[in-house]
Amino acid sequence: MAPVGRSLPRVDGVAKVTGRAQYLDDLDAPGAWHGATVRSAIAHGVLEAIDVDPELAPALAAGELCVVTAADIPAKNVIALIEDDQPALVPIGGRVMHPDEPIALVAAPTRAQAFAAARRVRPRIRPLPAVFDVDAALAGAVRLYGDAGDNAFKRFLIRKGHASDDELEAVFAAAAQVIDGRYATSPQEQMYIEPQAMMADWRDGRCHIVGSMQCPYYVHKAMKALLGCDGDGVVIAQSVTGGGFGGKEEYPSMLAAHVALLARKAGRAVKMVYDRDEDIAATTKRHPCRTRHRLAVDARGELAAIDIDVVMDGGAYLTLSPVVLSRGVLHAAGPYRCPVVRVRGRVVATNHPPHGAFRGFGAPQTTFAYERQIQKLARARGEDPLALRKRLALRTGDTTATGQRLEASVGTDEVFAALEAVAGAPPARTGVNRHGAPVRRGRGVCFYFHGAGFTGSGEQRLAGRATVAATAHGFEVRSSSAEIGQGSITIFTQLAAAALGVDPALVTVIDPTTSRVPDSGPTVASRTAMVVGGVVDRAARAVRARLEAWAAGRAAGGSLAEHARAYVAQTGGELAETVTYEPPPGIAWDDATYTGSAYPVYGWATCLVDVEIDLDSCEVAVLRCVQAVDVGKAINPTIVRGQIDGGTLQALGWALLENVLYKDGKVANASMTNCIVPTFADAPELETLLVEVPYPFGPSGAKGVGEIPMDGPAAAVANAVEDALGAAFDELPISPEAIAASRPAWSAP
Amino acid sequence: MKLAIEVNGAVRAVDASPWKRLLDLLRDDLRLTGTKEGCGEGECGACTVLLDGEPVNSCLVAAGQCDGRRVTTVEGLAQGELLHAVQRQLVACGGAQCGICTPGIAVCAAHLVDRGLVDAGDAARAQVRELLAGNICRCTGYQLIVEAVIAAAREVASGRQR
Repeated sequence: MAPVGRSLPRVDGVAKVTGRAQYLDDLDAPGAWHGATVRSAIAHGVLEAIDVDPELAPALAAGELCVVTAADIPAKNVIALIEDDQPALVPIGGRVMHPDEPIALVAAPTRAQAFAAARRVRPRIRPLPAVFDVDAALAGAVRLYGDAGDNAFKRFLIRKGHASDDELEAVFAAAAQVIDGRYATSPQEQMYIEPQAMMADWRDGRCHIVGSMQCPYYVHKAMKALLGCDGDGVVIAQSVTGGGFGGKEEYPSMLAAHVALLARKAGRAVKMVYDRDEDIAATTKRHPCRTRHRLAVDARGELAAIDIDVVMDGGAYLTLSPVVLSRGVLHAAGPYRCPVVRVRGRVVATNHPPHGAFRGFGAPQTTFAYERQIQKLARARGEDPLALRKRLALRTGDTTATGQRLEASVGTDEVFAALEAVAGAPPARTGVNRHGAPVRRGRGVCFYFHGAGFTGSGEQRLAGRATVAATAHGFEVRSSSAEIGQGSITIFTQLAAAALGVDPALVTVIDPTTSRVPDSGPTVASRTAMVVGGVVDRAARAVRARLEAWAAGRAAGGSLAEHARAYVAQTGGELAETVTYEPPPGIAWDDATYTGSAYPVYGWATCLVDVEIDLDSCEVAVLRCVQAVDVGKAINPTIVRGQIDGGTLQALGWALLENVLYKDGKVANASMTNCIVPTFADAPELETLLVEVPYPFGPSGAKGVGEIPMDGPAAAVANAVEDALGAAFDELPISPEAIAASRPAWSAP
Repeated sequence: MKLAIEVNGAVRAVDASPWKRLLDLLRDDLRLTGTKEGCGEGECGACTVLLDGEPVNSCLVAAGQCDGRRVTTVEGLAQGELLHAVQRQLVACGGAQCGICTPGIAVCAAHLVDRGLVDAGDAARAQVRELLAGNICRCTGYQLIVEAVIAAAREVASGRQR
């Protein structure tokens, strides 16, 4: 049977169900010390001194303890990413920017000793006024970033179909109907079940780092800057990684820096595994976001103009915020036809810990706003919410907000049809639940899209590479894509096997250790199967063609694997092909005007949610959640389904019960007890429908799938709750408290 | 304190503080690293093991409480290379993704299936969701784990009938 399109059991499955898979904390590391971090505890200030308790002196003198400060950094004190603004450790005299900022590091033979010693290293910080509110930050009361006075890390402006603000306002003035709404979404914790974990060891003059991560070459880049070495001076390896969801995109560089510095000074291997509380408090969250969204509708009920203003809280350092904002604004107008669009976006510095990558990467925030707006339009017009969306939806030949003409793989009609086929009747509007409480029920739908791969010309700039090699033992795939549970090594196995025409058992995807694999780009942006998988597919075809030509020249029969063995036996080396990503034809993007092909292709999805609200407890139960997603081609349907199910529940959690609460800039609910995520008992049966409208430039027609299920379900929940109660819900989460407070606005059932 | 604990069928003698967490005793003293730590406060269930046949969070159990008792970890589910039905179905149904919660879920689900606590009928889905609610998974949305546990329950039930 062909390897693509088949649910091959995941190649790491047995290791994971038997407990044999080795995560960082499982690795045997005899003699390794444990590291702990001394943090600021103050949101904004100047670090004046670091006091080391004299009680630590004997252990320090005996070499049984190691303390690292910024003074121990060999080269540049920076976590290199987009902008070099975040230090690895705040130097004396430097500015503390958030309450969990790393100040010093401690290593000791045991974890308990390290944590005990860390409590005896105390920063002395002169406090400065701190800013936690984006309006205050924009007003510039305190300067945190830049010279413009508004603390904005980044601003974007998209204009379509108009030249000036006056022109835009004229369309609104002439509109038959205007829908104007304000929306707010909360920060969200990734809550991977394996906390951040990393280990470093200096051997043969090189720094070896292994740990839980999504992007080995991001860590590689950061270590080169911090340690002042070239690419060979540091080797980054990934241990089996217990979930990422974006949370292990940029933050692992911070841990890597810390264990590298500790191992260098202690002269031995040092590992660092965060406690859950520390992980929740210090690492990145989804950007909280505020969106104002205005829709102008003409007399025929068509969209005449869309005007959107997005403001995100970036936290203390720039990290990935400009890119998150970019994806947010590029998705903000939604998959709807509209001649006039303005999108403005700002991401602002505050004294919260930096917000960062989380599945969806800005798009879930703006999707929530536009899908609430479309819902309000449907209610205002008395039009069926699904029919209205279908009527206004983008299709092949239409243009997006950036003027991109949609050419291929536009699954609009297919995802609507798939949803309609199973929708059935909405639930009875009133009733009684199993606790005997009165309930109201409602249905919500939504429609959304998600650009796959890096934004704009990002993929051309990255120029991701991957290698396929024929060896004496079969075929090897080498890329820096990290298996983080999403199934990439199984997908690559299937793609390479299909291209080579061999049994998947002959294909091995090796670990993404930087000394052994080319830079394929990061494991982010719904790009791994589509972009890197496409490169793997081409490399495998090239290997096959060369091997077959070589075998034909020798007039030798046999299988491709036999040719490979013969080739290695005769030449003494492997036959390898390294291929670089090539963009599909017709992709043009202008960064200056933010116009053109924002993404090479989009995934498309519809979602239907039925809810039941307990009128006594005000809890919302999700009775049904159907999601139809156009994935291009499901290379492994079970893995794709699992990806979509998982993203869907993260979205339902974000809608109803997840939240990160800040008090004076510090996470106030930094434990799994208080920072809750959905359990088995909270989750509905997920009805995931795979729709396949092939993408001609993706491997076997596949396109990105990892993030799209995170985008839509939250709006579908809000729309369903509104349908049930008659009150609008424009902020997340829709907690029982929010439901209770809305009681005066409820309509008669 | 000298402890004698039967772990996965073999009695192990360990000299450890009675206050040591069972989780640490398993991972550090016995090098059974299949049992994972996700939160250290009994919320996530990644460290689930069976103590005298009942599921517990090993991060909340003191080693001293385990003296003379039986502990089953994920390493004790398979018989040699023959996987437990729950393990086999987790692989077959796609119930494991990143895998860090999987050992705890496998242990707890194997307990449910072996005890016949999941029936093969219509109530199975709700039962599985209720009985596994102490194990958090962030990858799967739980759906394919539910499918896997039900498939394993059916497999084990039909094996009993034969």
